[in-house]
Amino acid sequence: MDAEDEATGHMIEEEEIYVNGGEDGDESKRHRPIISGEQLDIEAYAALYTGRTKISRLLFIAEKCGNASMQLDALRMAYDEIKKGENTQLFREVVAKIDGRLGPNYGPDNAWADAVDRRAELRKEKLENELNAYRTNLIKESIRMGYNDFGDFYFAHGQLGDAFKNYVRTRDYCTTSKHIVHMCLNAILVSIEMGQFTHVTSYVSKAEQSQDALDSITIAKLRCTAGLALLEGKKYKLAARKFLETGPDLGNSYTEVIAPQDVATYGGLCALASFDRAELKSKVIDNINFRNFLELVPEIRELINDFYTSHYASCLEYLGNLKANLLLDIHLHDHVETLYEQIRNKALIQYTHPFVSVDLHMMANAFNTSVSSLEKELEALITNNQIQARIDSHNKILYARHADQRNTTFQRVLQTGCEFDREVRSMLLRANLIKHEFNLKASRKH
Amino acid sequence: MLLEDPMRGVAPMLTALQKLQYSSEQLTTLHPDFLLLCLLAKCYKTGLSILEDDIFEVDQPRDFFLYCYYGGMICIGQKKFSKALELLHSVVTAPMSVLNAIAIEAYKKYILVSLIHLGQFSSSFPKYTSSVAQRNLKNFSQPYLELVNSYCTGKISELEAFVQANNEKFESDKNLGLVKQVVSSMYKRNIQRLTQTYLTLSLEDIANTVQLNSAKEAEMHVLQMIQDGEIYATINQKDGMVRFLEDPEQYKTCEMIELIDSSIQRIMMLSRKLTDMDEQLSCDPLYLGKAGRDRQRFDFDDFDTVPSKFTV
Repeated sequence: MDAEDEATGHMIEEEEIYVNGGEDGDESKRHRPIISGEQLDIEAYAALYTGRTKISRLLFIAEKCGNASMQLDALRMAYDEIKKGENTQLFREVVAKIDGRLGPNYGPDNAWADAVDRRAELRKEKLENELNAYRTNLIKESIRMGYNDFGDFYFAHGQLGDAFKNYVRTRDYCTTSKHIVHMCLNAILVSIEMGQFTHVTSYVSKAEQSQDALDSITIAKLRCTAGLALLEGKKYKLAARKFLETGPDLGNSYTEVIAPQDVATYGGLCALASFDRAELKSKVIDNINFRNFLELVPEIRELINDFYTSHYASCLEYLGNLKANLLLDIHLHDHVETLYEQIRNKALIQYTHPFVSVDLHMMANAFNTSVSSLEKELEALITNNQIQARIDSHNKILYARHADQRNTTFQRVLQTGCEFDREVRSMLLRANLIKHEFNLKASRKH
Repeated sequence: MLLEDPMRGVAPMLTALQKLQYSSEQLTTLHPDFLLLCLLAKCYKTGLSILEDDIFEVDQPRDFFLYCYYGGMICIGQKKFSKALELLHSVVTAPMSVLNAIAIEAYKKYILVSLIHLGQFSSSFPKYTSSVAQRNLKNFSQPYLELVNSYCTGKISELEAFVQANNEKFESDKNLGLVKQVVSSMYKRNIQRLTQTYLTLSLEDIANTVQLNSAKEAEMHVLQMIQDGEIYATINQKDGMVRFLEDPEQYKTCEMIELIDSSIQRIMMLSRKLTDMDEQLSCDPLYLGKAGRDRQRFDFDDFDTVPSKFTV
């Protein structure tokens, strides 16, 4: 049944894809562990995540995708997920978004919401009393547990700021490095949900300082959150390095934040956009650890291999297919354009690098574009000095241009001579002026 | 002198000047007046011949400012923009304790000439500019700095619109002619940039990229630039293509060697001057007084006969 729906959905989507092709963020595709180019299977996608991030991702998809049925699907799953938790605020939001379109089962369930709120109040009081008791007793461990429980409580109820504050308060009561790591992980989780990635970086470094309490899974977790923070900060090269260093032990243990497919995607794309050829080969293609991740997302693996072996047309085709899905990812969506542009520029530069002359028609074929648009792109790259070449617009050929060292040296010599001449003359003049002023003042004094 | 007929005064002034100077490197009070006469009489060439000599000794700062300012204007008139730039630069960066109007006017012209000649303008002053100038010059030349900004965007239409809007201001400073030259230099700048990216380009494309109206205009511009020696190209009228060539200068000819040789001579002479000046300064009593005070009182290795405190 699902497969049928998928197939029909796929066919309808196919036309929409071409129609909406140029628009930003309105495509309803996402990479999933199966072949790309098809509509995102929301259930499979959502199954990769747990906890609050699942809900936020579903809501994001609902917001960004242009397709009403997908939207409703996403909202329905979000609704179910929220009902399992205790976040009434989010519940009300989702209900408002659904707007009764999914039928009576998915309407505003005030009874449930009130019950949850009442329970929350009671629990909060209980926690407060316990915490006060612990504080009067001054038992560090219990106070720490108390604050932790408070943090968890607030997090479950969607009050992220309070949750963060409480987690951070446990810092004063941490006695072992395990506690510190625990606190850091919680703080990181909340900061990611809040979108404050500066905190993420600081807590990651704090956690990494206590080396002894870190097992390989925690290390992997810390690495990929560091990578995530760097991605948000647009430092693609460093982010790629962090993602590539994430060990395969991550597995499915960090699904409250990130899925291993994401590690592969983010790492692969950032590496492609920012690494040079040597680094790409050594760190990505030959990296055994990362290979495990790449297995989960075969398109990215194919993409990288195509780029390395200069099959640019198919590489760019994969990229194009993946694009719409990537725009639905909450961490990647605003970086997709930049990364794509960088990858495309690198492909162009790499293509022209080994040749003395390049026929623009052949190059346009290789990149699957028209000669005039290719010419414009190349012009931009030449003006930015990323390609050293000149275009013969009449015959449509690109000629590599190697600067004549001897001539440039002569030119520079003459120029330096002139400048020196000018500078020294004006200096002597100025010194003279100052001397006269000085003399004037001196003569006035006497 | 200015009996409504500056032309008559030019020749006598020239002889007077030459008689008055005791060396060709000195600036007399007559210099600025002479240059003013040349400007008014529009015989720039005579003025230019005087400007050729470098000046190293100045008696009155005011003379110097006027000299450089008028000299700059003469050079602009003769289209020797690099020399004009030098002269105006000296005015702007000269040591001064109070801001004077000459410096302000010179700064405005400096901006314009810099745009025409170099295609860019950096609004940061070099370190040796007096603080008075640094603080105040920019306030007086706001429209010019905005002109720089719109020039840097590279769009002719914006530049022209800006010039239209501020026509009266430029007019009142009598800089309108220069500003028009700035606008035309923009076309040249854009065409020059094209030589960096293209080997051959059709006249149509040039016209489109540089925002000219037709291929004919583009052809005229390119032709003019080839004649002025600003770019190296050949125009193929049959297909309407322009082929950009590399600078044919091979730096192998006798003239080039002579040029390099003369530059070396000049620089040697300049460094000799520098060492002379340095020696003079180190014997100067005021300097010794100041430097002497900072010397070590108890320098065992250095027990020479120069007293540690040297007062005049």
